[in-house]
Amino acid sequence: MIAAHLPVLQVVLPLMAAPACVLLRRPRLAWGFATLVSWACFGIAALLLGQVLENGDISYALGGWAAPWGIEYRVDTVNAFVLLIVSAISSVVLPGARASIEREVEGDRVDLLYTCWLLCLAGLLGIAITGDAFNVFVFLEISSISSYALIALSGERRALVASFRYLVMGTIGATFIVIAIGLIYMVTGTLNMADMGARLPAVWESRTVAAAFAFLTVGVGLKMALFPLHLWLPSAYASAPSPVTAFLAGTSTKVSVYLLLRFVFTIFGAGYAFGIQALEYVLMPLALLGILSASVVAIFQLDVKRLLAWSSIAQIGYMVLGISLASLTSLTASILHLFNHALIKTGLFMAMACVFYRIGSTRLEDMEGLGHRMPWTMAAFVAGGLSLIGVPSSVGFVSKWYLVLAVLERGWWPLAVFILFTSLLAVVYVWRVVEAAYLRPAPAGTGRSEAPLSILLPTWSLIIANFYFGLDTSLTVGVASRAAASLLGAGP
Amino acid sequence: MEALGLYNYWLVIALMMTGFYIVITSPNLVKKIIGLNIFQASVFVLYITMGKIIGGSAPILSDQVSVYSNPLPHVLILTAIVVGVATTAVGLSLVVRIYAAYGTMEEDEIVAAEREDP
Amino acid sequence: MNAATAMLVALAIPAATAVLISLTGRWPNVREAVTLTGAALLFLCVATLTPGVLAGERPEQLLVELFPGLELSFLLEPLGMIFALVASFLWIINSIYSIGYMRGNQEQKQTRFYICFAIALASTMGIAFAGNMLTLFLFYEALTLSTYPLVVHKGNEDAKAGGRTYLGILLTTSIAFLLLAVLWTWWAAGTLDFRAGGILAGAVHGPMVGVLLALYMFGIGKAALLPFHRWLPAAMVAPTPVSALLHAVAVVKAGVFSVVKVVVYIFGIDFMKAEPSTDWLLYVAGASILIASMVALRQDNLKRRLAYSTVSQLSYVTMAAAILAPLSVVGAALHIAAHAFGKITLFFAAGSIYTASHKTKVSELNGIGWRMPWTMGAFAIGSLSMIGVPPTVGFVSKWYMLQGAFSTGQMFAVAVIFASTLLNAAYFLPVVYAAFFRKPGASEDNPGHGEAPWPVVLALTLTAAGTIVLFFLPALPLGLAKGLVGV
Repeated sequence: MIAAHLPVLQVVLPLMAAPACVLLRRPRLAWGFATLVSWACFGIAALLLGQVLENGDISYALGGWAAPWGIEYRVDTVNAFVLLIVSAISSVVLPGARASIEREVEGDRVDLLYTCWLLCLAGLLGIAITGDAFNVFVFLEISSISSYALIALSGERRALVASFRYLVMGTIGATFIVIAIGLIYMVTGTLNMADMGARLPAVWESRTVAAAFAFLTVGVGLKMALFPLHLWLPSAYASAPSPVTAFLAGTSTKVSVYLLLRFVFTIFGAGYAFGIQALEYVLMPLALLGILSASVVAIFQLDVKRLLAWSSIAQIGYMVLGISLASLTSLTASILHLFNHALIKTGLFMAMACVFYRIGSTRLEDMEGLGHRMPWTMAAFVAGGLSLIGVPSSVGFVSKWYLVLAVLERGWWPLAVFILFTSLLAVVYVWRVVEAAYLRPAPAGTGRSEAPLSILLPTWSLIIANFYFGLDTSLTVGVASRAAASLLGAGP
Repeated sequence: MEALGLYNYWLVIALMMTGFYIVITSPNLVKKIIGLNIFQASVFVLYITMGKIIGGSAPILSDQVSVYSNPLPHVLILTAIVVGVATTAVGLSLVVRIYAAYGTMEEDEIVAAEREDP
Repeated sequence: MNAATAMLVALAIPAATAVLISLTGRWPNVREAVTLTGAALLFLCVATLTPGVLAGERPEQLLVELFPGLELSFLLEPLGMIFALVASFLWIINSIYSIGYMRGNQEQKQTRFYICFAIALASTMGIAFAGNMLTLFLFYEALTLSTYPLVVHKGNEDAKAGGRTYLGILLTTSIAFLLLAVLWTWWAAGTLDFRAGGILAGAVHGPMVGVLLALYMFGIGKAALLPFHRWLPAAMVAPTPVSALLHAVAVVKAGVFSVVKVVVYIFGIDFMKAEPSTDWLLYVAGASILIASMVALRQDNLKRRLAYSTVSQLSYVTMAAAILAPLSVVGAALHIAAHAFGKITLFFAAGSIYTASHKTKVSELNGIGWRMPWTMGAFAIGSLSMIGVPPTVGFVSKWYMLQGAFSTGQMFAVAVIFASTLLNAAYFLPVVYAAFFRKPGASEDNPGHGEAPWPVVLALTLTAAGTIVLFFLPALPLGLAKGLVGV
């Protein structure tokens, strides 16, 4: 009975839990409640993925209204995987968030932070699961507005400005998306994604569709921080409370990438996006420029959280590069990297949460000698950094392997060389941190003081996952290649 | 003169660009929010106008009427308006906090203050 | 315990040793006992595998399927056997030496040193047993990363700069070239297995073969083919046991080992012979030998001189493989072992001099031979092996290389070997001569130092003896090397 209603529970559970969380008032209670709900969501997502892998796509008619008229929740391999990523990241980060949030957020706002967290989680899960285009916009705004609040809850005053900038950019992005949806509705008369996909080929020549496509690309580009629409991201990530950064870095841009996949392949169709609109000529240069420029900028950052944020922009570039190649292998690479990068970045930002907890800063100059003061934390950072670089046996290597293979399939040698060379830039910025932490003396009078186990454990479980999924790729590669096949099969 | 006949869409575009221009150029954070509101309002108009058919009636089933306006976009935009209000509320409360923290809501002054922060 | 599991055990022993060292770090004596026990166990474990391989067995062990159709796997073949034997044997001696050296010089962070050392050995075993190119690449990178903390051990600005060069060159070459080559091979041939006769024949054609070979040869930065050799002299900032690890036990050996593996099992000797676009390798390797030797001539710092000597000796192996005659490949395999014993002796001696007298320059060594007879005696033997004079093992490997070169009429290679032998003599013999036959200069104050601590002397005596023993009893490495090419 319940099994049939899992798709709606996936969203309704955190959505309903959010107001309940406000009523709890007490910070620890709110935290425990949020953690519990998040884990429940993770359980649901895992069950859904299992169902999809076994029985194929799930269609759930909300309120019993049949698909083209009512809102449909549609779960296929692609979004089941995204649901799993989002809920898993939230569930791993939350247990570690308590200690760190208590340090970084004023006491009377802590319970509100968990409320916003649950709302944001509901929004992100909603974007992923819904099969209705306008519903996407609603969930997008739920997640965005709550993440503005999450970022602003940090004690630093620059977080307010960062949040405001994110709000302006995010609202413009979301509005562009809603314009695009409106324009598609004008020509197809439907809001159901599958229905849109079926009706659009008849009106491919229409200028309205072209306008919708343009608005959509820019809107989603803004939300996922595609170069050159990325300027909101570094300061937002750098100034948010550390666990919030870890959560958002692993989920929010990933869901936006999913949105691009969904719109391009399911709604417009690969034939339209690449055949008629030549999307690859837009996406690929932007992806390449983004990878290169963001990696170079990352090298010169003085704050490690900001450094990692810039690196995220570069990594988004790799995912977009995979999308722009639009082949089975390249989409597999993109979807794989969605998962893998979530693991890498969340792990690294959690390590930064440990650092911030102890020394109240993540600036390079304050992290000198930290390798000896916080050996476990910094070991986690190094391991995560290696995964970011793409050392074999880590998840970063798996993504890189597929992406380069996809490029080789096309016979684009210079691009393969480019990908490998830019991954060396990651070595440079990771090693700046390593040198500061290990090869500079700690300030006098500082002893060994490791972060509390409650933050360290989630950090390390993410790092271990980095290497587990780097060696046992049967789940991730299996799901990603099935998802890629379903995306390509869905297009005409 | 088909292009002029679609004057409602021209209005949408004019509103949209006005809002967008304000968001981008105004250094005042409150004015940015106002610009954002105008920008969103243009989209509301877009949705409302696309559902309306000239001579169309309200969608209540009746024997005398054969042309109906589409109510769905109008309903959708109710949601969008709510979202817009929420965004404005969050934006304005952020401005309040920024004013408290920086003593100004002019962007260039905030940027200057940010530079001085470590 | 069958051979397949023994390979896993061989990997697990140094890994477990690393864990145990970290647990016993508080008690130096226990820690050192753990290191030595681990090293001895590893050698025993590797030794048990040898008879089977000599008899023609090729045990296989699947680890995990990384990508569909592509596994991480182990496959033991003669070349890997030689490498594993050399590395595991020299780990024992190097550990003895390290104990003396690290304590004698009161180095910091000794526990970290021994941990990284053990991890490096685990990676080395992985390289030696790798069953395909992907597995080899994985452990190759692991070796780079695990030796980085050793290179920057001293933690000062010099060490940091050296570490940057070390990591920079090794990672750049391996990620930008080697990984691309591996991916290319996988994409073109559909397999990465090491197979007798190679896997590329028919999959890659014409000039592209030469390009792919270049990606492999320059990608394997650990083989220090010019111009990617700078990391070796840069890494000289590390303590001497680390230099020994880099130059003799593991790192550069992993490089030339990979080179031979790629030539023999990925390209295949016959395929390379048939493709004229691969001829350049012989000349680049030959040029590397000569240029590096000439640079070595000009170095006054003893360890730097040894480092450039290594660059030149490594290219011997590469060139021998590039001659593409079965006998020269035998020479290449032998030279991996020969150079390991010779060079480790030389480095041990250099470290011994530093420990006893804190001298690092060749020009300061006048007359030191009488105060440190064991050290300088061993140095002399090591030098002879580098030059290739009997009765040292260096002669045997050079002999096979020359035979191979003659058999295919590669007069260029013959000329290079003769010229470099002269050069080797020119930069090693003066050191020996000065140590024994020059009077210490008047300007030098003569602190009354004698020999280095006994573990140091013991270690270098053992390796010097090894170079001679291997000359008289080359049956084991020779048997394995011949198994490699099936002569």
